[in-house]
Amino acid sequence: MELDPLLLSRIQFAFVVCFHAIFPVFTIGLASFIAVLEALSLKTGNPLWQRLSKFWIQVFAVVFGMGVVSGIVMSFQFGTNWSNFSYSTANFLGPVLSYEVITAFFLEAAFLGVLLFGRDKVPQGVHLFAAMMVALGTFISSFWILAANSLMHTPDGLVLRDGLYYVVSWRDAIFNPSFGYRFLHMAVASFLTASFVVAGVTAWFIMQKRELAANKKALSISLWLILILAPTQVLIGDFHGLNTLKHQPMKVAAMEGNWETGTGVPLLLFALPDQENQQNHFEIKIPKLASFILTHDWDGEVPGLNEVTPEMQPPVFIVFWAFRVMVAMGMLMALFGLAGLWLRRGDRYLESKPFLNGLRVMSLSPFIAVLSGWIVTETGRAPWLIYEQMTHAQGLTPSLTGGMALFTLIGYVLVYAMVFSAGVFYLMSVFRGGLETANAEQTDSDVEKAQRPISAANANLDGGL
Amino acid sequence: MEQPFDLVIIWAGIIGFSVMMYVLMDGFDLGQGILYPFAPDDHSRDIMMNSVAPVWDGNETWLVMGGAGLLGAFPLVYSVFLPALYIGVFLMLAGLIFRGVAFEFRFKANTTRYIWDWAFAGGSFVATFAQGAVVGAYVQGFATNNFVYVGGPFDWLTPFTVITGLGLVAGYALLGSTWLIMKTEGELQQWAYRVTLRLLVLVLLVFAIISIYTPFVDAGVMERWFHGFSVIWFLPLLALYCAYLIYSSVKKQQEGLPFVATMGLFLFTYLGLLASKWPYLVPPDYTLWDAASAYESQLFLLLGFLFVIPFVLGYIAWSYWIFRGKVKGGYH
Repeated sequence: MELDPLLLSRIQFAFVVCFHAIFPVFTIGLASFIAVLEALSLKTGNPLWQRLSKFWIQVFAVVFGMGVVSGIVMSFQFGTNWSNFSYSTANFLGPVLSYEVITAFFLEAAFLGVLLFGRDKVPQGVHLFAAMMVALGTFISSFWILAANSLMHTPDGLVLRDGLYYVVSWRDAIFNPSFGYRFLHMAVASFLTASFVVAGVTAWFIMQKRELAANKKALSISLWLILILAPTQVLIGDFHGLNTLKHQPMKVAAMEGNWETGTGVPLLLFALPDQENQQNHFEIKIPKLASFILTHDWDGEVPGLNEVTPEMQPPVFIVFWAFRVMVAMGMLMALFGLAGLWLRRGDRYLESKPFLNGLRVMSLSPFIAVLSGWIVTETGRAPWLIYEQMTHAQGLTPSLTGGMALFTLIGYVLVYAMVFSAGVFYLMSVFRGGLETANAEQTDSDVEKAQRPISAANANLDGGL
Repeated sequence: MEQPFDLVIIWAGIIGFSVMMYVLMDGFDLGQGILYPFAPDDHSRDIMMNSVAPVWDGNETWLVMGGAGLLGAFPLVYSVFLPALYIGVFLMLAGLIFRGVAFEFRFKANTTRYIWDWAFAGGSFVATFAQGAVVGAYVQGFATNNFVYVGGPFDWLTPFTVITGLGLVAGYALLGSTWLIMKTEGELQQWAYRVTLRLLVLVLLVFAIISIYTPFVDAGVMERWFHGFSVIWFLPLLALYCAYLIYSSVKKQQEGLPFVATMGLFLFTYLGLLASKWPYLVPPDYTLWDAASAYESQLFLLLGFLFVIPFVLGYIAWSYWIFRGKVKGGYH
């Protein structure tokens, strides 16, 4: 069988980016949560806030380390596998990614050390400032990387001359038409991710009756956040969808599984899209609802996939189902927010076993939602790398062979599998250690230990408590 | 198009500076990994790792900065070097990942510590070798057509690049051993003194081989160095003087000078290399100006760099100040 460097490169990029994405989406929200805990600690003087903060900083340290290591690979992927794309867009992509390095990585590097190791060396206010700067750094980082990504969906502010893009307006290019929606959608997703992980881990502590006073506060905060953020996210997602309808109608057609442009289009709850025959099997639908959601008119016209030739359509099955998984996760999250509110009467949310167990499982839901959301938007752009301007095939490295791409794909899978199974194993031991270990008295030898993010966590890699 | 400033020269300076910073700073901590298997005992390994643990990830930030800066200022380098060095880049990244996590995990692991020792040593060696091979590949030049790499996946792997790869391994080890002279005391320091002399011989040997070999790899280099006396000859002479300084200061058991002189050796060798290839950035066909991005892109990025780089330098100086002085025993 002929190895296809294009397909292998796409699989490799998808693998690396999905693996990478789960770390920052958690740390962006968690950094802000830690900053809030530090602020509450400084304002109220209640030592419980600091107990919580010390534990979650340890979790942050591990996840942040994993994110940095997996992120280095990303920056080289553009050049190794997509050199035509990189070269063509370098006048925009280069400065934007460089700005991410110098504005975000600098802030994070400078203040992470103080956040992790400086609690006893600097005044509490400076420590809080460090926490806020780390949180700010994570946001600046996502600002630049989402500007670069959004441009690939809704290019603006550029002109193409002799195969190279030139920036005409930096403002239009960075704040391109889909950027604001994407940034908000991701920011709220990060907060939701942190909220659900905090809620899930804390629920587990509460079921074990560990550090109840502090953990009750953490659970209460995260449930309030979920109650507000989950419906907000649904709303932002709706606006983002309308923006996509305007700029990338074929992506929306694939999300809806709508093959033919028409009015009064039904919403499909279930279907098996069949791209070969350009139709769906086993449809379960609600009449006219898709038209209403997308046009706010029961008989509004919704574009269908028949507006382009089959080879210009995105892979419908993947986009259709990834979208449904994302929406289902979003609805579940909103339901848990409401359940949390309902159970607040008489503090039942601290007692209800099914609810606490549900929260433990739900700590995985934001990761599933985020990954499927990215699959919707990235796969939905296919076959375009830059929407309606450059295809995946045009962006590929010309000298790349299938064998080379397969070699590095297997290589990255093996390296990541080894490194990250060790990382997850270690994270679990931090969870097992809980607030108790995180707040244990430090021995002399700990003071001398390597000043490194993961070394900030007081647990032993060989497992056990 | 006539512009008020030639930003290309400024950017060449910034990128050249970033690469030099990276080589010097990550060089001595990669050197710890290369020396690791030869260390006298496990306790010494603890000290070696602790001596670079607080600063190594800041050092690697220069690599990220150089990479992103290249895409921003000289995108042709990015889009030719990376496809041409595809396999080598993968090996370097894998090496850096393994040694990076070894810093995190080694001190946590007891029964599995030997795995992370090997990860640290192996990762450092592979990453260094790959970087040295990149330098060799740059001297060799790249097969391009109309700004696109058209060579094969292993064009970069030749006897010449193997020598430059091994040469950089020896060079980083020398940076590492002179760093240890400065940062340690007692038995480990005495070991570092002995190793430094042996490494110096090795480095000079590779230095000689590459100096003789390079003009045969690239006729332009031959032309530049051997047609009439040129002012650039003072660069290798200064490098040799630095080598002498390393020798004499080690003999006198001085602590700081060996490291400083090694940095000088690297600096003058690096400048000599640049003098050989100037103004070609993607040899043999493309100069700095061919490889540059658009004027407005270089300007947009320069404004940010000028504002932020002083802060970065300040932070680095500050963190080295915090961790100044001798590194004493590790912990168990």
